[in-house]
Amino acid sequence: MPQHNWLIALKTSLPVLFGYLPLGASFGVLFSTQLDYAWWIAPLMGVIIYAGSGQLLAVTLLVTFTGLTQVFIAMLLLNARHVFYGLSLLEAFKGAGWRKPYLIFGLTDETYSLLTCRARSEDKKREQQIDFLITLFNQGYWIVGCGLGAWLGRALTFDATGIEFALVALFIVLCIEQYKALQSSFPIWLGFAAGLFSLLVFPESQQLLIAMLLICVVLFWQYPANKHRYKNRLARGPVDEQ
Amino acid sequence: MSNETLYLLSFILVTAAATFLTRLMPFAFLGKHSSHPLAQHLGRYLPAGIMAVLVAIFLPRSAHWQVPVFGLDALVPAALVIVLHLWRRNALLSMLAGTSCYMLIQQQLSF
Repeated sequence: MPQHNWLIALKTSLPVLFGYLPLGASFGVLFSTQLDYAWWIAPLMGVIIYAGSGQLLAVTLLVTFTGLTQVFIAMLLLNARHVFYGLSLLEAFKGAGWRKPYLIFGLTDETYSLLTCRARSEDKKREQQIDFLITLFNQGYWIVGCGLGAWLGRALTFDATGIEFALVALFIVLCIEQYKALQSSFPIWLGFAAGLFSLLVFPESQQLLIAMLLICVVLFWQYPANKHRYKNRLARGPVDEQ
Repeated sequence: MSNETLYLLSFILVTAAATFLTRLMPFAFLGKHSSHPLAQHLGRYLPAGIMAVLVAIFLPRSAHWQVPVFGLDALVPAALVIVLHLWRRNALLSMLAGTSCYMLIQQQLSF
């Protein structure tokens, strides 16, 4: 007797529940302690924007009344990594119909790791239904986290200095998870080197983008030597991580 | 509508558009090349590299580098996250412990 789709999605997405409630709540607390807007704007941002690091950065930009053009560019750069997430899911989302726009909209760091790491059957239609439910559940946890944090933060007289470190901690955790999934430390060292180099050499506003371009250049450069590893899988879609 | 509400509303829409755009781009432009070896190569190594870049840039920025701290105010919480995560592999625990540790240090010590 096969399990219901929603049950599988619930089980798969459970780790994200425990990640999104505190992360969403950190955003919510930050939002209500730093800004004067109504608390329910925070969960509303979770509905419309739905981006962890993006929303945390948004608070900083809102505090300083940053110009909208600059906001747009900052968000594009911060979220530029999403471009590369889609690359490994092109095949999985193919033919998903009305679910596809939402699957793309909800492709956060955490949803990406769940969808790329989970075991998939041959029944593509059903797997896409499960992907959709996982994405939906994840966004639900996120919205609840944002709302809880903002609602509590409004009444709380709470020194939130340093709470933004949650973001750095998340990146460290995701780094370790990526390393475990890949069983290769090469991209991690490459990223570190590129990041530190641009940190020391370039002005603050350009560091992130330049470091990401550097990684791309190195990956393009060593692609010819690795090409043979992918050829056999041409018909199969995403590379399976062992 | 007040100016402030208008700003907030446009801010949210601009942020949402930029975020969705970055997620949409590969599907809009590369949909036909999903199984190309280069796409697989990038799809395999880029996410890990990008996470490492984010750590390499945002971790030093959250530290104080002058004497006598030498960045330890952020490096110690970061080490705690790494050790806890390698040991228990519980994302919530690692993040909560690291963030609390960082907050405690930043609020107790004045630099």
